[in-house]
Amino acid sequence: MSTLRTSPNIARPDDVYARLLELHRGLSDDESMRVNARLVLLLANHIGDMEVLEQAMREAIATC
Amino acid sequence: MGSHRPPVYPYKPSPDQRRRGSPAHHPVIIVGAGPVGLTVAADLATRGIATVLLDEDDTVSTGSRAICWSKRTLEIFDRLGCADPMVARGITWSTGKVFRGTGQLYAFDLQSETGHRRPPFINLQQYLAEEMLVARVIELGRTDLRWKNRVTGFQARADGVRLSVETPDGPYELDCGYLIAADGARSALRRLLGLEFRGRVFEDRFLIADVRMKADFPTERWFWFDPPFNPGQSALLHRQADDVWRIDLQLGRDADPELERTPERVLPRLRAMLGPDRPFELEWVSVYTFQCRRLDRFRHGRVIFIGDAAHQVSPFGARGGNAGIQDADNLCWKLAAVLAGHAPEHLLDSYDAERGPANDENILNSTRSTDFITPKSKISRAFRDAVLDLAPRHAFARAMVNSGRLSVAAKNGHSALNTPDRDRFEDGAEPGTSCLDAPIIMGGRDGFLVDRVSTGGFVGLWFEDSPLPAELAALAAAAVPVRTLRVGRDLVDREGLVRRRYDATQGTYYLFRPDAHVTARWRRADAPAIAAARDRALGNDMATALRRAGE
Repeated sequence: MSTLRTSPNIARPDDVYARLLELHRGLSDDESMRVNARLVLLLANHIGDMEVLEQAMREAIATC
Repeated sequence: MGSHRPPVYPYKPSPDQRRRGSPAHHPVIIVGAGPVGLTVAADLATRGIATVLLDEDDTVSTGSRAICWSKRTLEIFDRLGCADPMVARGITWSTGKVFRGTGQLYAFDLQSETGHRRPPFINLQQYLAEEMLVARVIELGRTDLRWKNRVTGFQARADGVRLSVETPDGPYELDCGYLIAADGARSALRRLLGLEFRGRVFEDRFLIADVRMKADFPTERWFWFDPPFNPGQSALLHRQADDVWRIDLQLGRDADPELERTPERVLPRLRAMLGPDRPFELEWVSVYTFQCRRLDRFRHGRVIFIGDAAHQVSPFGARGGNAGIQDADNLCWKLAAVLAGHAPEHLLDSYDAERGPANDENILNSTRSTDFITPKSKISRAFRDAVLDLAPRHAFARAMVNSGRLSVAAKNGHSALNTPDRDRFEDGAEPGTSCLDAPIIMGGRDGFLVDRVSTGGFVGLWFEDSPLPAELAALAAAAVPVRTLRVGRDLVDREGLVRRRYDATQGTYYLFRPDAHVTARWRRADAPAIAAARDRALGNDMATALRRAGE
């Protein structure tokens, strides 16, 4: 069974965070929502593994 | 409006109406002469069973109902002897295109391989299909068709049902052993039995119009998201027989259904879609909302619900009519076996056990399509539009675009009637699968396997060209016969596709049920195992009995 990796996996976390903000700069809330949706879909396809995606979704909703 | 002249099937009083004393008794009464009720009547007729078919009207259905009949449905209609006129009159198609705005997102072809007798779909308006089914039912000559007979009352009895029926000559009563409720989405019987029809109702309204026009659009299913002629909404264009075209236009949640069906509103919409210069006549127009729901159980003692009376879906996917025909295909051989004393009555529970999951799958697919086509929140619209944004460049996103997942043959993979594989198969048709077609030669003529397997009885397909052993010959003469067809002897595997599609090696044996679904398979023919698998499919075996006792 594949497991969602939640231990640090990004070499330069600040860069990733900054890129996410930069991506949305100048966008309306609606446009941002759509860009995020595209991003989720692209990453979901990259992961491909339903179990990992399910774990990610559980984590995402649990921290709300 | 409407150029189709509906036939009138005359009401004729039945001697049952003048009967004194106890009501007339019939083994089987079917309520509802729609496509599903007529299919039940035809199927039982081919099995020698006389039925009474009650319908409140005296003609076929009107307006925009089912249009797409699937390959599996056509195979069933072939068994009943009525597919040829439907295919001749209907429009054969297999490709679809999905557009966003004016640009094409992708095209699909449902015909993934050759060597099948029937195409993935034909389009034929429901009223024409019904006319052909009525003609076939009359030809088969075992159905007492009673038009203008409306069921108004229901009473469960120890060994059947008593119905109250209203006619132009007044009311009368009828008794039957089994009642098949094929009376549609607004089933009166469902209401008379007080049964809940649970599920989802979708708020978006759709304008459904059938127009007659001369057009050279290709014979394809065209679906638009956000077309210029219906901004922000969806649209569907699909050809039917006799130059009639089906158009679905999404109107949204706030549309006024009364206003939207007026010509002042409809005609400009259609002109915007079809072009200002194209002449067309409106055949039918209506404004609909869609539902996806079902009865918890399809069998209630001696009453069996079937088709839209049992379950209802949205039209995206052609899963309503085709599900109903497969319901009939599943039910009729079982009912015939019970009536003949070849199977216990509890075999009828397997109709619910097999068609329940099949229809859940239809509801799931239809619900998902409707959710994609009519997003209900800001975020669901964002995801939907994100999929459409990514689709032109990314195949994975095209796979998520959902304009309807079209009906495929149901597979009873988990049915207790199946004998699980004991031998090793890499591929082929696992138990529960309906007959995989392939080209053959039989009796010196080119033909297709599906016709040889769909005989209405149990059929064995044996990949062996030796003489038939005595034990297999004995099975062919049993009370419930299993007729063995030898590949290479009784039929020729014309292109080698039978062997390939069934993952067959020398000696492989497939057992088909009377509805042409595989129920067991082995790497070699063993008569006692074949007989046991047949008995299991009939609900006669100990394992099924024990499983039932444990429920």
